[in-house]
Amino acid sequence: MTLLLSVQGLTKRYGARIGCTNVSFDLYRGEVMGVVGESGSGKSTLLNCLAGYLSTDGGTVLFDTRAEGLKDMLTMSEPERRQLARTDCAFVHQHARDGLRMGVSAGGNVGERLMAGGARHYGQIRASAIDWLGRVEIDENRVNDRPTTYSGGMQQRLQIARNLVNGPRLIFMDEPTGGLDVSVQARLLDLLRKLVRDLHLSAVVVTHDLSVIRLLSDRLMVMKSGEVVEAGLTDQVLDDPQHPHTQLLVSSVL
Amino acid sequence: MIEVKNLSKAFTLHNQGGAMIEVLCNAHLFVAPGECVALVGASGTGKSTLMRIIYGNYLALSGTIRVGGVDVTRVTPREILALRREILGYVSQFLRVVPRVPTIEVVAEPLLALGVNHEVARTRAAMLLENLNIPQTLWNLSPTTFSGGEQQRVNIARGFAHSYPALLLDEPTASLDSRNREVVLRLIEAAKTRGAAVIGIFHDEAARTRVCDRELNVSRFSPQTAL
Repeated sequence: MTLLLSVQGLTKRYGARIGCTNVSFDLYRGEVMGVVGESGSGKSTLLNCLAGYLSTDGGTVLFDTRAEGLKDMLTMSEPERRQLARTDCAFVHQHARDGLRMGVSAGGNVGERLMAGGARHYGQIRASAIDWLGRVEIDENRVNDRPTTYSGGMQQRLQIARNLVNGPRLIFMDEPTGGLDVSVQARLLDLLRKLVRDLHLSAVVVTHDLSVIRLLSDRLMVMKSGEVVEAGLTDQVLDDPQHPHTQLLVSSVL
Repeated sequence: MIEVKNLSKAFTLHNQGGAMIEVLCNAHLFVAPGECVALVGASGTGKSTLMRIIYGNYLALSGTIRVGGVDVTRVTPREILALRREILGYVSQFLRVVPRVPTIEVVAEPLLALGVNHEVARTRAAMLLENLNIPQTLWNLSPTTFSGGEQQRVNIARGFAHSYPALLLDEPTASLDSRNREVVLRLIEAAKTRGAAVIGIFHDEAARTRVCDRELNVSRFSPQTAL
């Protein structure tokens, strides 16, 4: 297995307050890592720092770029970073409307990512958009509809199609199943697992839902007050938690 | 194939006054390829705990566990996952699946994870389901709505999909009727014949005497007796 992302000592402060501090981990190809913790524990801060949405106060985030191998995402130039974000990284937001253009058709939403990557042939763009809508189980005849006419679960699936269409190797997910009803959640989980396996994707998934993380991730980090208090194999951390805070989280599941 | 040395385990319950429960102390176990060892002992002596530690599901307090040359107590999560994919199979008492996934895919999944061709994996899964008498009409339904016995059989089919060199079986014949029990015992015998090292927990005494070569009483490793 090859190393895709290597994070060392990542720190983010909001003034005197700690967002996240001294977070380190390695992520390999095809691996899914979960990050759990209560709200305010720093898990979304961490994800936003990794994705480049927030500036950081220390640490390195090495990404295995296609051209030059391992390179620090935090110090690379803005054009380089944007290029990486367009081609190799994807971000699935909790609220689909944050990740979609609500005024553009579903096909346009998916096609836009391809155009950003240099595709210009309309027929091919449309064909791959339709192909991807099919993969996330959206009917072809909805391709010209705007996401505003979609249900919450469909919007979330559309967002996933938009993010995966150009074949990224790393995907960040912030509460991907939050706010969806349970049957839709199950469908989305099934879909995500299949995509991760078939496309050999790596993912960092942030959630507070321990049952989602058990089904989705290989490894788990537990955060509290900006710090990683425990990390390990997902089922081991959930079934035999060592840190008091993890024991509290696990025992609080209804 | 499986070698456990000086293994100790205790649970510390930080949120219940830091209570410490010692379960195993200085456990030893060796299983050769083609051998089946039964873990016996009263309920609560740590049979399942020992099995879960070998699988990497629980952390050991001290000691070493080697499965096919890999020390489970020292390797990274990703090495344990590789071990579970390729070498070490585990049939638990409960089936835990993503809702909505068809039974045949649930059974084929361990093979797909190994990169086996989808058709080949499905054919193998179909064969196991048929042997275990799961009606074909159920194959494309999710096992979440199945009866307890059916779920157990799906779980077994999944555990035997790949020919693991080492197998952990936690009550594989519980809640099965005599016909299906026979099928499962034959699967275990076949696994032994091809050289798999097996550790099993069987409350069913007849099943135990039939497939197991040795018994190991886990209460020997209880901290009270050890002291």
